[in-house]
Amino acid sequence: MKTDQLVEALVADGVASARPIGRSLLLALAAGIALSLVVFFLTLGVRPDIRPALETWRFDLKIVTAVLGLVLAFGVCRDCARPDMPRHPLRRLLPLLVLIVSAVAVELALVPEAAWRQRLVGSNSMICLPMVPILSLAPLAAVLWMLRRAAPASPALAGAAAGLVAALSGATLYAFHCFDDSPLFVATWYSLATVAMVAVGALAGRRLLRW
Amino acid sequence: MAGPDDLSALMRLARRGDEEAYRQLLGQVSIWLRAVVRRGLASAGRGPAESEDIVQEALLAVHLKRETWDEARPIGPWLRAIARYKLADHLRRRGFHDHLDIEEWSNAPELAVEAETSDSIDSGRMLASLPERQRRIVQEISLEGHSASDVAARLGMTEGAVRVALHRALKALAAFYRQEQA
Repeated sequence: MKTDQLVEALVADGVASARPIGRSLLLALAAGIALSLVVFFLTLGVRPDIRPALETWRFDLKIVTAVLGLVLAFGVCRDCARPDMPRHPLRRLLPLLVLIVSAVAVELALVPEAAWRQRLVGSNSMICLPMVPILSLAPLAAVLWMLRRAAPASPALAGAAAGLVAALSGATLYAFHCFDDSPLFVATWYSLATVAMVAVGALAGRRLLRW
Repeated sequence: MAGPDDLSALMRLARRGDEEAYRQLLGQVSIWLRAVVRRGLASAGRGPAESEDIVQEALLAVHLKRETWDEARPIGPWLRAIARYKLADHLRRRGFHDHLDIEEWSNAPELAVEAETSDSIDSGRMLASLPERQRRIVQEISLEGHSASDVAARLGMTEGAVRVALHRALKALAAFYRQEQA
């Protein structure tokens, strides 16, 4: 088949604009989160003291951190879906890093040293560690599935970004259940769960996202 | 052709449903791709024999992955990125792992001149991998120049079914190249 003939086949297939990949990814993520939301209400549910909790800065900061992370991670994922990915896609995460480090610093300054350990270990880490990944499974599957329609410059990196978005989706939901609001707890256990999902995403990406 | 950066306007027209603009765009992109790919093969120490396979694979990607081009950006870097990925992928499957810097030569003005002479080379292996019916549809449309509705009438299918089969065939061709081992 000559290349001019292939061109004819491509023209005949039509070019009528499909949805931009960023919007497709957003829809996929929303669908994944919706599914996780169902899982969340079936298994964990919102903590019973949600109203007073909303009035504490630690709880609010935890939610803000998770949501900010989710928004920034989605930007990274959308960038990584393109063949002409920006040179430093992870730069978008800088504000998240700054927020986490400052929150930890403030907590360390406010809480006496003797209580650090108890804050860090909290009461829920053994639930947090498996539940954040469990709540991120549906978003991960949905985003990876949509990324197969994309053309990522680096399949592994795009997969890792999908894992990051998914983990932060799971973390956002889980944050509404968990009683441990200390930045020390959040920075430790949520991050561990996130790293695990990023690794899963990278491995899946290498296999699934080549084009 | 000046360079891939001038093609944004054509792609925008194509997205609004202008077939002629799309044909022109793909024609110009394939000339540019051929030059880039040959240059790449040469710098990896390989002859031009495989170039048309890579050109066609990259063209398929331009078509099937067009949603990843953001209209707000110039199309040049996007096209170069696809060419780079497909060239590197092709070479990797053949055991070549060195870094190739296509940015260096993908903008060179002499590329266009060099490529004019080599217009319709046959890649040959393209269609052999398709199932019978899909191959027939691709052939009737691309080799014999029939429209989708003509082909539908000849094969006793609906036009919609022909279009679906054509789209599947194109995706299958892309997958064929991707999975192929040297």
